[in-house]
Amino acid sequence: MQTALMVLVVMLLAGIVFGLILAYANKKFAVEVNPLIHLVEDALPKGQCGACGYAGCAAYAEAVVLNPDVPPNLCVPGKGPVADIVGELTGKAAPAVEPRIAHIKCAGSTEKAIAKYQYAGVEDCVAANLLQGGQKSCQYGCLGFGTCVKNCPFGAMTLLPSGLPHVDPEKCTGCGKCETVCPKNVIEMLPIGAKVSVNCNSKDKGAVAKKSCSAACLGCGLCAKNCQHGAIKIANNLAVVDPKICIANCDNPTCIAKCPTKAIEAVVKEPVVEKVAV
Amino acid sequence: MGEYLTLFISAVIVNNFVLTRFLGLCIFFGVSKNLSASLGMGMAVTAVITLSSTLAWLVYNLVLVPLHLTFLTTVVFVVLIASFVQLLEMVTKKCTPALYNMWGIYLLLIATNCVVLGVPLINVESNFSLGKSIVHTIGAGVGFGVAIVLMASLREKLRLADVPKALEGLGVAFILAGMLALSFLGFSGMISI
Repeated sequence: MQTALMVLVVMLLAGIVFGLILAYANKKFAVEVNPLIHLVEDALPKGQCGACGYAGCAAYAEAVVLNPDVPPNLCVPGKGPVADIVGELTGKAAPAVEPRIAHIKCAGSTEKAIAKYQYAGVEDCVAANLLQGGQKSCQYGCLGFGTCVKNCPFGAMTLLPSGLPHVDPEKCTGCGKCETVCPKNVIEMLPIGAKVSVNCNSKDKGAVAKKSCSAACLGCGLCAKNCQHGAIKIANNLAVVDPKICIANCDNPTCIAKCPTKAIEAVVKEPVVEKVAV
Repeated sequence: MGEYLTLFISAVIVNNFVLTRFLGLCIFFGVSKNLSASLGMGMAVTAVITLSSTLAWLVYNLVLVPLHLTFLTTVVFVVLIASFVQLLEMVTKKCTPALYNMWGIYLLLIATNCVVLGVPLINVESNFSLGKSIVHTIGAGVGFGVAIVLMASLREKLRLADVPKALEGLGVAFILAGMLALSFLGFSGMISI
């Protein structure tokens, strides 16, 4: 009986002592956290994609509240609505987010692009790239093992049977994760509304490029000569389109018809209707 | 001095808490996916168990033994460690925010872990002096760190390996842990305390 009483007293005392110490420490070591940070964090989409340049949504929320130089429109997946809410909460003017979408600069499907060897390793572009730069004869093209598909935080990409990934414009938030993971740097982020896109990444000379892939851009410069707005330049045997000039000036792209290998194509995707996040 | 060194090496390698005593397996598998996280975890565990087991030793020898309540050891230690980790979290958050950012998520994971409870219990059961128990605890922490860092580097390599579909993820991790434990078995009997 006495032992039981003793146990009761000791455990009660221990509980009270630890409780008091914790309560005291809670007051003594309280760190004031700006409650705004939590509100801002709640407004963010929580994809933790890092497109804003911070480690995650919480880190960005902290930075945007505490640092007056951090703009409220850095959240690319959140687009306009989130930027508006964050701007409103932090009292910063929110310039518009430029919506963008992932675009694969390669049309070298398994039929069009010549294979250098048969790859039978791990189904991963990074692994394939380690072996002589991948199985395709073209050093610059998409390897087609879907590393971008696996890494897309929003499930916006699918690997087509042709061996090239496809971007779902409805789901793509433009976070740019795929751009980062691609070992070939064959993915670029296009502004939504871009009229034409070059579906090739080959910097080889025309003859070499053509030998490797029938869909290659030869760097012939016909498109650049035919563009009245000067939106296309040839750099390293590859046509590069400046989408800003296209969007601002061009109604009727002439470059598409002129391309001998059909490496320049119209971007058929309609601008994505922005959905307000609930 | 030699005695302490023996104790330390025994705790790190021969009686490694993860690979020969199989304590702390949950964080061992949970946080060993990449090297830097596992390093942070190893350091956090070492710090927490060193401080908490010292405290536990004091409570055991100054309170529980004189009152003849040693049968309460486990319960008292659980309460002690849980509240101590909370306290540690508050203190680091206030005084060393850099350390808190590094440990933040791991600290509370540790609060109810078996390795954190197991080390002070083994300390008092072996009747270690305060000095010995501190050395033994640091050894246990370093041993945990070694094990989790080894595991994390293996699992980083594993990402590019062709693992059979059925074993992907945790399955192959368990097999690896078994092999690691087998290799640590080679040290057994080298030191007996």
